[in-house]
Amino acid sequence: METRAGTPPGLLAAVFPAALLALWWGATRDAPDGLIPQPGQVLHEFLDLAGLLGNNDSFSGTLWANLLASSERVFGGFLLAAVVALPLGLLIGQVLLVRRMLDGTLQLLRPVPVTAWQPLFLILFGLGSHTALLLVTLGCFYPILLNTVFGVRNVEPRLFEAAAMLGVSRAAMFPKVVLPSALPGIFTGLRLGLGFAWVVIVVGEISGVSTGLGAMITDAREVSRTDVVIAGMVTIGLAGFLSDQAILLASRRLLRWSPQHGG
Amino acid sequence: MAAETLMADRRQLAAAGSPVLQVQAVHKRFAAAGGEVEALRAVDLAVARGEFVCLIGASGCGKSTLLRLIGGFETPSEGQVLMDGRPVTGPGPERGMVFQDYGLFPWLSVRRNIEFGLVARGRPRAEVRTTAERFIEIIGLARFADAYPHQLSGGMKQRVAIARVLANDAAVVLMDEPFGALDAMTRERLQDELLSLWSSTGLTVLFVTHAIEEAILLADRIVVMSPGPGRITAEVPVRLARPRDVVSVPFNDLRRDLAALLHGPAP
Repeated sequence: METRAGTPPGLLAAVFPAALLALWWGATRDAPDGLIPQPGQVLHEFLDLAGLLGNNDSFSGTLWANLLASSERVFGGFLLAAVVALPLGLLIGQVLLVRRMLDGTLQLLRPVPVTAWQPLFLILFGLGSHTALLLVTLGCFYPILLNTVFGVRNVEPRLFEAAAMLGVSRAAMFPKVVLPSALPGIFTGLRLGLGFAWVVIVVGEISGVSTGLGAMITDAREVSRTDVVIAGMVTIGLAGFLSDQAILLASRRLLRWSPQHGG
Repeated sequence: MAAETLMADRRQLAAAGSPVLQVQAVHKRFAAAGGEVEALRAVDLAVARGEFVCLIGASGCGKSTLLRLIGGFETPSEGQVLMDGRPVTGPGPERGMVFQDYGLFPWLSVRRNIEFGLVARGRPRAEVRTTAERFIEIIGLARFADAYPHQLSGGMKQRVAIARVLANDAAVVLMDEPFGALDAMTRERLQDELLSLWSSTGLTVLFVTHAIEEAILLADRIVVMSPGPGRITAEVPVRLARPRDVVSVPFNDLRRDLAALLHGPAP
């Protein structure tokens, strides 16, 4: 649905968060030391986490190191997943033999959530940051794989006919028609995958690592620092939002031709 | 006018000589839910070089199937299709196809769509560029050369679809109700443009339509088909001078005759 002309979209997008903030503020206004901190307290803690205030508690100034650690695992896991899932997805989509060989297994493993894999990963790969990274990889893997397969399998049949009558050989169909047709699906997969990576990272950092936003939130909960917990949540939200914007920017450039993607 | 008639006659003569396309005793059956469907029965057709032939008939008469057989997208159950005397075994650039839904590559600009066939066949870069430039000019889309298909109107898309097969050296252009999805004004303009392209080149056109008026306006010869099973029931030469006047008496006589062939005589 189209919004009415004249209302700036940025303003509209701000209405709901502002209402939430007001609700939060109203609910905690009379309880400065309650279980839920006030918005102002969280903002204060956020600035202290970023090292901008000198509170000198055990969390002060730790935000950047934790954000960096989580980002490394998110992008490392994401890249690893893309490197495996993209070629595999192209193969499964294009080659019937590979599809018949792998499809059953992959469909069977797909419903198993990342949280269920975590204990096994800890046993297999031990405590440490590579287990968190591999969990992220697993989390990104299916969205990228399935959307790539979907993209390859859903090429408009007319385009094969058009290419064939213009002189494209069977072997050249893949680079000439399939790959460009599948690109929007691939980008959808990458976008979903990276979004999911930020979800999984918190699970991956709950145990076994001492750095990362997930570890920070877990530590803060153990010492009842709910202000740190919420500041950490906000940080994850912002980081996920920014990395999503980066992928959107790339897809707008590469998919200028697509009315659904082009800016 | 006399010259026009003479030209039509020469095309008829050429048809008797060495046809560019021959459809010989072609049957086509499709597997369907309740057994087999006979789409075409005993179809024979010859098209002369430079001839403009319209295939006309009610839906289900197999006119599109016949076009797709000639295009090489389907294979006959019996009989054969010959292009320049050689059997057709699949789609190829010498038989360019223009689809009703355009079939443009959405990720390529107008220019790249027109260049597509030439690039696919490994033509030298300089030739690709000049040929594309020439056809962009011919179809009047110079301002839209770098636009993507979704930014074009239906008429513009169909111009690009025609240009890309002509740029790719198609000797025969197969058109499957190419103007069926366009509004009346655009359709008339594209009919004119197609005729002038055809008369300025040695092009052979096989054009499927269900519109009687369109067939009379365009064709040297109209091939009438009937359903159940699909077959050719009449071939009607159109000996009217071009440009044809759709409100003239001979045009209307022909329209009445064709309507009778298609739907039975008027009461």
